[in-house]
Amino acid sequence: MKNIFCTISALLLFISYSQAQETVYPAKEYREKIFITNGTVHIGNGEVKENATIEIDNGKIIRVANDITVPSGDVKVINANGKQVYPGLILPSTDLGLKEIANGVRGSNDYLELGDYNPSVRSIAAYNTDSKIIGTLRANGILLASITPEGGIISGTSSVVQLDAWNWEDAAYKMDNGVHLTMPSFIQRTGRRGFFMRGETAPADPNKAALDKLQEIKSFFRQAKAYLQESSHKETNLKFEAVKGLFNKSQTLFIHADQVKQMLATIDLVKEFGFNACIIGASESFQIADLLKQNNISVILNQEHALPATEDDDVDQPFKTPATLEKAGVLFALNDTHDESRYRNLSFNAGTAATYGLTKEQALQAITLNSARILGIADKTGSIEAGKDANIVITDGDILDMRTSNVEHAFIQGREVSLDNKQKQLYERYKYKYNIR
Amino acid sequence: MRKLKLLFAGLLAFAVSRAQETFPVNGVADKRNGTYAFTDATIVQDVTTTLEHATLLIKEGKIVAVGTTVIIPKDAVIINCKNKFIYPSFIDAYSDYGVITPQRQAGGFNYNAPTQFLSNTKGAYNWNQAIKPETDAFKLFSIDDTKAKPFREAGFGTVLTHVKDGIARGTGTVVTLAATKDNLVIIKEKATAHYSLNKGTSTQSYPSSMMGCIALLRQTFLDAKWYKNKPATEGTNLSLEAWNDNLSLPQIFEADDKWNDLRADRIGDEFSVQYIIKGGGNEYQRIDDIAATKATYILPLNYPQAMDVEDPNDARFVSLADMKHWELAPTNPAVFEKANIPFCLTTADLKDTKQFMSNLRKAIDLGLSENKALEALTKTPATILNVYDEVGSIENGKLANFIITTGPVFKESSTILENWIQGNKYEVNESAWNNIKGVYTLNITNNKGTSSYQIDVKNNTTASVILQDTVATKFTYDGQTVKINFSTTPQKRGVAAIPAAAGYRTNSTQPQFMLSGFVTDGGWTGNGVDTAGNKFTWTASLNKAANNMSETSHRKSSVSKPLAKVTYPFDGYGFEEMPKQQTILIKNATVWTNEKDGILQNTDVLLKNGKIAKVGKDLSETGATIIDGTGKHVTPGIIDEHSHIAAASINEGAQSVTSEVRIGDNLNPEDINIYRQLSGGVTSSHILHGSANTIGGQTQLIKLRWGMDDEGLKFKGADPFIKFALGENVKRTTSPNNNRFPDTRMGVEQVLNDAFTRAKDYEAAMKADPVHTRRDLELDALVEIMNKKRFITCHSYVQSEITSAMRIAEKFGFRFNTFTHILEGYKVADKMKAHGANASTFSDWWAYKMEVQDAIAYNAAIMQKMGLNVCINSDDAEMARRLNQEAAKTIKYGGVTEEEALKMVTLNPAKALHVADKVGSIKVGKDADVVIWSAHPLSIYAEAEQTIVDGTIYFDRTRDLQMRNKIAAERNRLIQKMIGEKRSGAPVRAAEPSWQVILSCGDHSHHDGLITIDVQEDDTINK
Repeated sequence: MKNIFCTISALLLFISYSQAQETVYPAKEYREKIFITNGTVHIGNGEVKENATIEIDNGKIIRVANDITVPSGDVKVINANGKQVYPGLILPSTDLGLKEIANGVRGSNDYLELGDYNPSVRSIAAYNTDSKIIGTLRANGILLASITPEGGIISGTSSVVQLDAWNWEDAAYKMDNGVHLTMPSFIQRTGRRGFFMRGETAPADPNKAALDKLQEIKSFFRQAKAYLQESSHKETNLKFEAVKGLFNKSQTLFIHADQVKQMLATIDLVKEFGFNACIIGASESFQIADLLKQNNISVILNQEHALPATEDDDVDQPFKTPATLEKAGVLFALNDTHDESRYRNLSFNAGTAATYGLTKEQALQAITLNSARILGIADKTGSIEAGKDANIVITDGDILDMRTSNVEHAFIQGREVSLDNKQKQLYERYKYKYNIR
Repeated sequence: MRKLKLLFAGLLAFAVSRAQETFPVNGVADKRNGTYAFTDATIVQDVTTTLEHATLLIKEGKIVAVGTTVIIPKDAVIINCKNKFIYPSFIDAYSDYGVITPQRQAGGFNYNAPTQFLSNTKGAYNWNQAIKPETDAFKLFSIDDTKAKPFREAGFGTVLTHVKDGIARGTGTVVTLAATKDNLVIIKEKATAHYSLNKGTSTQSYPSSMMGCIALLRQTFLDAKWYKNKPATEGTNLSLEAWNDNLSLPQIFEADDKWNDLRADRIGDEFSVQYIIKGGGNEYQRIDDIAATKATYILPLNYPQAMDVEDPNDARFVSLADMKHWELAPTNPAVFEKANIPFCLTTADLKDTKQFMSNLRKAIDLGLSENKALEALTKTPATILNVYDEVGSIENGKLANFIITTGPVFKESSTILENWIQGNKYEVNESAWNNIKGVYTLNITNNKGTSSYQIDVKNNTTASVILQDTVATKFTYDGQTVKINFSTTPQKRGVAAIPAAAGYRTNSTQPQFMLSGFVTDGGWTGNGVDTAGNKFTWTASLNKAANNMSETSHRKSSVSKPLAKVTYPFDGYGFEEMPKQQTILIKNATVWTNEKDGILQNTDVLLKNGKIAKVGKDLSETGATIIDGTGKHVTPGIIDEHSHIAAASINEGAQSVTSEVRIGDNLNPEDINIYRQLSGGVTSSHILHGSANTIGGQTQLIKLRWGMDDEGLKFKGADPFIKFALGENVKRTTSPNNNRFPDTRMGVEQVLNDAFTRAKDYEAAMKADPVHTRRDLELDALVEIMNKKRFITCHSYVQSEITSAMRIAEKFGFRFNTFTHILEGYKVADKMKAHGANASTFSDWWAYKMEVQDAIAYNAAIMQKMGLNVCINSDDAEMARRLNQEAAKTIKYGGVTEEEALKMVTLNPAKALHVADKVGSIKVGKDADVVIWSAHPLSIYAEAEQTIVDGTIYFDRTRDLQMRNKIAAERNRLIQKMIGEKRSGAPVRAAEPSWQVILSCGDHSHHDGLITIDVQEDDTINK
């Protein structure tokens, strides 16, 4: 009898989960009030409010306080007693929705365009809301992402999306927020001492090729600037048109750079044109943190879980780079670009930064409010503050630590989004097969 | 040009003393016996015998007498060698003089290129294009005087030459550097046999890795032995025939690097061959290991050039190890001498032979004795080449190969004047024969009379006229003729001191004198013209002898003593002194035993003699190092079931079955990732072959004993394993040009089926006829698997391939020990359980290729709940530092308990690797491989504070901080030194980043840093 019951309940469970991801629906619009009560609320700006209640109405945060009384009656209440409440995490630069199967299936990839100067190419146009990866990010508290094109020198224009949508127009959170540029490398690969390498001839001056490219980039922007000063054109140049927002600062220039020389070149470029600028990658930024601060350049650190750049570096150098930036006052965010775990470990990148010099709240801010500031969406999200969208994650424990990081609820603009995904469904499918409870 | 060269050679042949009987003469015969007596010389016969005021008598190209009482025959030309030194000329035991070394085309193994399965060489030769023992240098040799000249100028008279191409390179020949006739200069046709780990121009895909080269050599030894019985199935194999013939010769192995030296020597040991090893110049970094090879070495003197590190952003990417090597490389010969290891010196690897003597002097400045240097250039090479009866010392009967110098040959002030080879004179610095230094009286006579000037000659190119001021002149002396241009007016300051064409200076009112002359007895005589066009004659004679002036040229060592220390390993984080095994008592910690005791609070652990001695409360031990574990956690060391660190190559991807290759043949103990992983609590790693082919290579379990050599890393007493792989990588999904079977999972199954069928037949054949059955290293490993003497860890992803592989194994009566990656293991966990396999997987990887679309983070939990022994592995040098965190994810994904989660990176891999009796838990009697964590070991906030292997603290966070400071200070010192080198005008090269090679399995790309090379990303960098 008990067995039958088990089988039946398992069967029911199976039915409810077995229809693959196609039945994981984006949540419907929710305009009613929601109260998230008695949680430990991590605001995202460094503050923590214990036993606080969040009042949400029409998808926006109305209040966060200890003295909010929940009205009786038919109102949605989430009891967060003993739980941790966080702003929705933000993946600040990613090929999510553009790259489904990284290797061997060319047809699944839309992240890399041909050509060197493609500012008019827009990532949003190809963003696939039905990517199976998205669900695994929501389940780990990542609710927003900036979708970034790659390739060439100016790869194109990114857009910020929210991660629970039917199509890209629904997903768009901030369209065309930034233009992406890859700085030419000042390191030229040659042969190598040691055991098993074939030597190649080093270029006479490894810097020259990069500097030539830099001149080409500057020349592009100088011509664009001149072009944009004229209001009408006999011949329209879409590339120049596409960088207009950089000159009026409605867009940010995201410069993909890791080496110090690349970053110094960035400072030079940004000074000439007065762009809002953010360096993405920036693994060597710890060496020039003060310069970045002085020049008001923000930073997105791509991959916290990385090996040190040189064999002589401190073994934990990448882990402690955020603390160096924090100390220097640089506005920085953390990213997760890991191709194999597919970006879902964003909060653990922050956890590592917290182990190596940041406070936990600073680490959290680096994946929430700082990211929102850098992406130009801090007016709408990034922290649990009145007036902002109700993009909120509730967890069982510390979200920065995999040992305790279990997401129980997530809200995007007040909609409670599904935490289900393909992986959970396959889990259920095989629990069913094996009668695992 | 060629004609000119021939003409030149012809002229020299005219002077040759020995005639060649079979060659007809065009013209009048001109036989000369070439009898010369070199008198009153200091003759260094060899390192032990030096004669003063001695005579050397040569005739017909040979030495006929040497001594202080030699009777000079009447027909001898007497050459007075007063104040001159005579040495045996040098011998270079490693050159390709006079043979053409084929140049390698770009390429090598390219993961995406079509495979070339067999040799492209035409003829009845070996299957592998890199095995060409049939090459005989003496058949290809021809005199190349433009190459001989720099050798002669460096003092060499004899060289060994061979074709530097391939893994088995054939025979070398000993020739002199005389420019006479090819027929006459070969003094030993087949002198040596040559080998390397470099396949050279071979376009064949196999071998594509270091371990493949080693395996190919080993298999060829076996094949050649088998071929002696003339097996009908082989037909004629000229390569194997030659291989066997060559074995009686001295065997020279070009290893070119300290670790390769050891690898070569081990191959030799296996087949009872003592190789003579051509080293790489970095042997001083491991001299004890090098001494243990008992080999004689041939050492190059190609020290790295200083780099331009003035730009700190460039300097940053040059490793301390590379900078230290720059400083220490010239100590290599002295270190050999001190360690009493026999060695020769070679000009090989030098960009320019001219550097040889100056580089040798650097080695002497840094401790190499001059006697040893001479021996390394004469007797030692002559002995290893078996030509000491002909060359290598100045003795009766030997070839008249010697050099005449102005002084002790290795002194910087000395000059090589002449190099005599087989009785032929080759001028090197004839002009230095006479020391012309001194003040000369110059008398210029024209129709108005004679005027006198004093000229101070410093050397062959510098002189000045002494007037009221000293006026530099243009002066050249070549030993026979002399040219002088001078003005009687000093040049204005800021103007070139030497008027190059003074006569044409139109604004000059003072006369310029242009003189041309010849050496005459005791002085110079000639004629000249002045700017006014007046012609004159002149003579000059020595006024004050140079030796009246004080000799100031006594050279101070220009090479400052290197301060860099050899560390173990030779990395920034290496140890100057290896840490020692200690008795360690960890007090009052939270101890994760992985045993039935579970997690013990406030517990002590005693480590003694490399083992866990006691676990309990209130332990004490006299003499123990106490570590306060209060608030800390102690766990067994982490064991990574799937790693690719610490190896020189990982993938032998040129064939679908390469069970003959062994990771253990090419460990790299200097991989910084060993140290980095210790900092993450890893104590053992299973180093796997990559996944380029279905049956990959034999794996190597290591302990992270940072600082030990390759043998010292090996986990002793562990069962041997082998890597297999299934799916996309082995069918080369990403390659557009795959021509290697298999291209589908259907084919993969058949590769397995075929391999084990062959292995089974082979085993039977071997039993029936061990003499005539060809021993096959590839099949040996498969037979071991079938006999449960070797175990498989198999890269695998999807359920179909997993099931197929298990069924094949069952058909042949063995089991897949471990499925690694196994991201769809959850779909067939029941079948795997029934089969008896272990599972080793990633915590949360997926979607990086088609076959991992159904990978789920709950995989480990499901498999564990199904009763499988589950491990979490890294396959990633970075993630291996955080395996505790990866294990913790199984709590989040699937609700594994904390104790079980930790076991997935400790005890479970120990079980899967059959070493659970030694490691994996904290149990009395097991190896003292433990980690002390700052916090809960499954938390992201935990740091490994100490990582202990065999009771030795290999990682200590406090010591690590001290090392960082030391690295910074040492880097700074060397950068300053290199900058000083540049500022002193020494040549420097552009700063070269010290690329770090990151080897990986082959199915996912990593971008680990600015100066890393992911070998899977670009396999063409493999040989």
